[in-house]
Amino acid sequence: MEKDIKMNKIKNILMVGVGGQGIITASDILSEAALLDGHDVKKSEIHGMSQRGGSVFSHVRYGEKVYSPTIKTGEADILLSLEVIETVRWLVYANKSTKVILSETRIQPQTVKEYPEGVIESLKKEFKDFFLVNPIEINKQNGDNKVLNTTLLGILSNLLDISDSSWEKAMEKLVPNGTYESNLAAFRLGKKLF
Amino acid sequence: MKAILSGNEAIARGAYEAGIKVGVGYPGTPSTEILENFIKYDDVVTEWSVNEKVAMEVGLGSALAGKRTLVTMKHVGLNVAADPLFTASYIGSNAGMVIVVADDPDLHSSQNEQDSRHYARAAKVPMVEPSDSQEAKEFVRYACELSEGFDTPIFFRSVTRISHSKTIVSLEKKLDYKHDKGFEKENIKKHVMIPGFARQRHFIVEDRMKSLEEFSNRIEINRIEKGNGKIAVITSGLCYNYVKEVLPEADIFKLGMIYPLPMKKLIDFCKGYDKVYVVEELDPFIEDQLKAKGVSNVVGKDIMPITGEYSPELIYTAITGKKFNSEINVEIKPFPRPPMLCPGCPHAQTFNAMRKLGLTVSGDIGCYTLGTLPPYSAMHACVDMGASIPFAQGLEIAQGSEFKHDVVAVIGDSTFAHSGITGLINAAYNKRRILVIVLDNSTTAMTGMQPNPFNGSTITGEETVVIDYQKLAEAIGIKKDNFRTVTAYKEEVISETIQELLAKKELCLMVVTGPCLIYKRKKEKV
Ligand SMILES: Cc1ncc(C[n+]2csc(CCOP(=O)(O)OP(=O)(O)O)c2C)c(N)n1
Repeated sequence: MEKDIKMNKIKNILMVGVGGQGIITASDILSEAALLDGHDVKKSEIHGMSQRGGSVFSHVRYGEKVYSPTIKTGEADILLSLEVIETVRWLVYANKSTKVILSETRIQPQTVKEYPEGVIESLKKEFKDFFLVNPIEINKQNGDNKVLNTTLLGILSNLLDISDSSWEKAMEKLVPNGTYESNLAAFRLGKKLF
Repeated sequence: MKAILSGNEAIARGAYEAGIKVGVGYPGTPSTEILENFIKYDDVVTEWSVNEKVAMEVGLGSALAGKRTLVTMKHVGLNVAADPLFTASYIGSNAGMVIVVADDPDLHSSQNEQDSRHYARAAKVPMVEPSDSQEAKEFVRYACELSEGFDTPIFFRSVTRISHSKTIVSLEKKLDYKHDKGFEKENIKKHVMIPGFARQRHFIVEDRMKSLEEFSNRIEINRIEKGNGKIAVITSGLCYNYVKEVLPEADIFKLGMIYPLPMKKLIDFCKGYDKVYVVEELDPFIEDQLKAKGVSNVVGKDIMPITGEYSPELIYTAITGKKFNSEINVEIKPFPRPPMLCPGCPHAQTFNAMRKLGLTVSGDIGCYTLGTLPPYSAMHACVDMGASIPFAQGLEIAQGSEFKHDVVAVIGDSTFAHSGITGLINAAYNKRRILVIVLDNSTTAMTGMQPNPFNGSTITGEETVVIDYQKLAEAIGIKKDNFRTVTAYKEEVISETIQELLAKKELCLMVVTGPCLIYKRKKEKV
């Protein structure tokens, strides 16, 4: 790439998973927090048929001035994934220094006979910054299985320069009524994990 | 105040700020959320119309009566609304009439990949196109002003990635807008399009387009951004961002109004370079018009595809020849996740029954179109909304005396109300002998649970009339004994009823009822 493009330091975060896992809410929270911290932000996703078990992705980009709402091939700074094979699906956006946050959840459609093996091992070979979490463990610690995505946001927050108060305000605004406390706790758990 | 809004939220906000009072439309991805957000503002009147043609006509009436009006639809909806569109262009609008049409490059959730910009040219209606949510908001207001200034309906074009992407918007106060002219019922030369009057209006339309083109050369939303002059690009909408992203030093002609084009300014721009790239998704709409004016140094579809969505990488590679590479090597191939009916979906049993009976199924558009894929594999054609019933009649006619009475048309409740009933009347009137099955899941599921004329509520959640299938069938001329209602959950009953009705060898209507599970869950929460 030409030098002038690299210099415009935009953070590129790609969030992926399966419909219903909370990718859209998580990326909404990240975008809102970046906005509150005074950044320009763009976020791109496609919704439509995702409710029916499809794969879901959300590109979030923030910095001084963002043009494209989508991340370019090979330029994701962070790949946050809520599902093992979905991580693999979007690897074209990653490079060797992409930081990967992955919840080891496997969702197998009825039509698929065998879930591929050895995914985690292959990913570990490619990325030196690899944050793997065990969803069962996290759900147990959270005492709630609806806030796993927020714990991953906690991990993500350690890798970004967005203030805690903006994260908290964004969550307060965007999580479902009456769940702010549990989300905040889940977020804080994520911050302490690595 | 700043907020991060999707394109659709921003259009709704723009409508509110511009003092738009009336919002009408028919759901369709990616346009649906515009009205769903507009309804949240105070002092607005909204409706889900029965279909896009109806929405266009309601919208025209409301604009002519002096209220700023928003009409929303997806690209294929504009095909349905094309008839009123072409004549609305002659009549003009009085108060602002903004028609939002959302295209879907890459067919994320559509049955074709048409480029709706052609309608602007064909119907002689101006069109604006925003690049992000901030522009989406601003352009609605601007479109209202243009619409009123030139007395014309105006198009506002979006694409999926504008409608569903979120970018930052500055929120402003609502304009205190009041239009001074109501419906002028004496003005029949403008409002009644008999040939004698319409002939005169056509001259006015042609003059209007000339003035608009002249005007488009001077407006700020058609602007040139100077770079270092090495690469020159003409672009608009979403693609503008991609070009800025990968070619930040290029000279860019950014079009905010994409019809009529500012031809004079564009031709002058092109004279300054050996080669000018036209970056536009889908058809060569801008490129062809330039070439028709004798501009020979523009390059577009020769190096960029006519199908699918563009991306920054695609544009960069096409123009510079350089590639973006991914460095990651993982050999594992991810399995696909094709969309599927939800577990427990009420549509499932009917498709199982039809597959086992080996019927020929003429399908329609909705969640139930997934009945064509395994494990159901029981839909053999699907064209456009409402086509299932007439298409099945075509199959019957072609078979003539060899007709085997195994043809079934399958249609959802919202689709039946949208444009299925006309086809059913056609079948009765022409004495056809097919079986029509309506899959009534109490909602418009595919586009996110909008109410419709079969579920008893309006867009605001207010209770309203429900069409009675039995009485409808009777009124159309379907025999009382050729009508059945069955529950969606008993495959055997469904199967027996289908066989029983097919054996009658006459036009029959069967309604399969069972609420969509997501809809049911939503309703229970409220
Ligand atoms: C002309 C047109 N307008 C809108 C759409 C978008 N759309 C696709 S299916 C559908 C309605 C589906 O509702 P229904 O028939 O009740 O079936 P369900 O999804 O509930 O099974 C709509 C509005 C379209 N494809 N074509």
